[in-house]
Amino acid sequence: MANRVSEPLFHIVKRDNVSRKKAWCIRLIAIVLAILVSAILTTILTDDNPFQVCITMASGAFGTMRKTMVTLQNLAILLIISLALTPAFKMRFWNIGGEGQVLIGGLAAAACMELMGDRLPAGLSFPNWFVMVCMVVSSILAGALWGFIPAALKAKWNTNETLSTLMMNYIAIQLVAYFIIKWEVPKGSGKIGIINQSTNIGWLPQLFGSRYMLSIVLAIIVTIGMYIYLTYSKHGYEIAVVGESERTARYVGMKVKKVIIRTMLLSGGLCGLAGLLLVGSINHTITTTISNGQGFTAVMVSWLAKFNPFTMIFTTLLIVFLGRGASEISTKFELNQSFSDIVTGIILFFIIGCEFFINYKINFRKRKEDDVNV
Amino acid sequence: MVKYLGNVLFGHFPNFFSEETSLEAKVAAVQMRNVTKTFGSVIANDKVDLDIYKGEILALLGENGSGKTTLMNMLSGIYFPDDGQIFINGKEVVIASPKDAFSLGIGMVHQHFKLVDVLSAAENIILGLPGKLDLKAATMKIMEICQKYGFEVDPEQKIYNMSVSQKQTVEIVKVLYRGADILILDEPTAVLTPQETEKLFNVLRKMREDGKAIVIITHKMHEVESLSDRVAVLRRGAYVGDMMTKDTNAQEMTDMMVGRSVSLNIERPDPVDPHKRIAVRGLTVRSLDGILKLDDVSFDAYSGEILGIAGISGCGQKELLEAIAGLQQAEAGSISYVSDDGRKEELLGKDPLKIQEMGVTLSFVPEDRLGMGLVGNMDLADNMMLRSFRKGSSMFTDRKAPEKLASKVVEELDVVTPGISTPVRRLSGGNVQKVLVGREIASAPKVLLTAYAVRGLDINSSYTIYDLINQQKKKGVAVIFVGEDLDVLLEISDKILVLCGGRVSGIVDGRTADKNQIGLMMTTVGGEENGK
Repeated sequence: MANRVSEPLFHIVKRDNVSRKKAWCIRLIAIVLAILVSAILTTILTDDNPFQVCITMASGAFGTMRKTMVTLQNLAILLIISLALTPAFKMRFWNIGGEGQVLIGGLAAAACMELMGDRLPAGLSFPNWFVMVCMVVSSILAGALWGFIPAALKAKWNTNETLSTLMMNYIAIQLVAYFIIKWEVPKGSGKIGIINQSTNIGWLPQLFGSRYMLSIVLAIIVTIGMYIYLTYSKHGYEIAVVGESERTARYVGMKVKKVIIRTMLLSGGLCGLAGLLLVGSINHTITTTISNGQGFTAVMVSWLAKFNPFTMIFTTLLIVFLGRGASEISTKFELNQSFSDIVTGIILFFIIGCEFFINYKINFRKRKEDDVNV
Repeated sequence: MVKYLGNVLFGHFPNFFSEETSLEAKVAAVQMRNVTKTFGSVIANDKVDLDIYKGEILALLGENGSGKTTLMNMLSGIYFPDDGQIFINGKEVVIASPKDAFSLGIGMVHQHFKLVDVLSAAENIILGLPGKLDLKAATMKIMEICQKYGFEVDPEQKIYNMSVSQKQTVEIVKVLYRGADILILDEPTAVLTPQETEKLFNVLRKMREDGKAIVIITHKMHEVESLSDRVAVLRRGAYVGDMMTKDTNAQEMTDMMVGRSVSLNIERPDPVDPHKRIAVRGLTVRSLDGILKLDDVSFDAYSGEILGIAGISGCGQKELLEAIAGLQQAEAGSISYVSDDGRKEELLGKDPLKIQEMGVTLSFVPEDRLGMGLVGNMDLADNMMLRSFRKGSSMFTDRKAPEKLASKVVEELDVVTPGISTPVRRLSGGNVQKVLVGREIASAPKVLLTAYAVRGLDINSSYTIYDLINQQKKKGVAVIFVGEDLDVLLEISDKILVLCGGRVSGIVDGRTADKNQIGLMMTTVGGEENGK
């Protein structure tokens, strides 16, 4: 028998208990490495000074007061969507239908604005507050309905929720496309344009004299609320138990189906709220791309934050910062839009990849020449 | 490096417990030197030196978490040691994968079988072997091995048609087919009836005669005594010593494992004022895929009594307990709960919440502790809350009470844990079970259902659990105790109900019953009288 006395070059060992400090150190190293790689790539591709690129990224996100506010507003919307998905994820219900739930909520708000606004025959009008209440209620309900359907299918027939929530996205997109044609202004443009431009009916109010603040304030409220709900409420506890083990949940008499449906109503409803903000407060119009893939980005944000609402603020900031910074690079250095995606991709790769090094340790071969064959 | 050389040149340091004289004649098949393995901060094996000789059966003993399985996994290539050396037949080797282990003639039969259900025995045995697929030749070779050692295997039979014992036989043949001279069995008898166990032991004895080195990991002392030549003891990852089996006894081995003296008697107090608590009549349960799991089962369970349930695993024990606990729907029959004033209430068709709301305090220690009784990723306090989180009308949970309960359980049952905010999956098997049992008896139950309460637990933890169950019995709780170790069932139960294929094979008195009779009842309804 061959006597192969050589240890493998390395073997992977699971870390048991990583201190918080160590974990954050690893993450920090990952971010630094990611920026380094992006910088090198930028220099190779564009001959520009990488430091200049980094500064440009920062200025893209926080360069002026207005840029900062827009960044914060984007952060708020993405944060709300991420928080909306979080209870479902904690329940191990893979809701990747955030996009559709946001869109349908936005569509409901737009419908209220359209149907109860300038289109009404002369002489007939609703008070503005009433329109807004209708918008809030209908968009949350619409989002909740979009969450309810896959949840009910799952509870009743145990259908795969990843597929059904994904499919619901396409239904929402097509519905929005249909109503855009129906309400398009001017005819044939394929766009709705700004709704109620003259009367501003259904335009959600500004807070503290700024049109950006409403989303930001709501995001803060939702973050705190979601943290309390998940950590201290009975519902939150049920969600955690159902997510960890349905059998345990049944064993202690929890109604698993009820918990699934209730949680998805919440998840969808909050997405609907994000849709309301996008239409009623930010854009005052609706397009099929108004959510801009944030329903999917939120999946990543929520995961990166390990479903902790407060950590989610930072992961959202990271993603939004990257997005805005990268697009600034593209415009400033006259690179095409794909370049910003490449940079974002590199940074995310490092951040997600570093989780491996938090959970595992690599042991390299220690003893070599001093081994004696016996 | 000097250390390694020292071991190599001078061999195994004389050990405090070992009997050098009788071992001298034997040839070491495996020598492990200074083998160390850590998982994170946990040291699973700490500088272990172990010799395994040809032509002997070595029983590897130790409490849960003492590192027996880890040590053997390093021998069979599943884990790689952090430090130390392994010599096979005197040559130092590196075992980096199960394949390496096989080529060195090491084969391990794991606690959980690793067979493909839809393939036949022969197909499973040759699975993954290089060379041309020649089922005929393989079958011939399998038959040869079977004849040599006295196995009964039908090479054509599909795995899904096999009993647990047959599957185990296939696993052993698989290992032998690959030419293993060093055979490791991890708790092989946990799932076998006494008759099947005896058959397995006969086979193992034949292999010993054939010069093979055999290691068996087990918690059952009487098996160690009847089968092994030598025992080696691990405690908290470290090697304590070895002894010849004929020179020792169960008490000494247990004390060595635990590190202090332990009493090995299960008490059986006489039931005080028993009256009917649970009456099951004609209970028939079918699984989702239409298989009859329980067939017309009827029995009574009395307060202050322990009703043991014996049977080969998968004979309806799980369904029976889950039906009583409100987790299993039945096709026919009734389960009534008799309260102290004689009122009867039907439990069948109600879910656990409803049963709780009816005022029936029913505690259930299920077989699958971390998958059903507890949530592995949650800490002790949160797991305590599983039973109590609904209390109060507030929408928020009360964390104070469960925290208090967790601290109380930790203190009273000596749970080894860094604290009550440690996830339970980090605890060892015995401690997990203490947490679960502690929570279940905290609600002062009228009925206590336990399924395999000591499965996988070491002897010390097992006796703690027996004590706890007996305490409940003394408090007048009706205990239904599903067990797999007949010796224990015979020691602890007042009555024993034997299940066979979902039917009641008989109910016998625990004080007078005979082990062989129960063994027969487990395989044929009614035992000898109705048997062939």
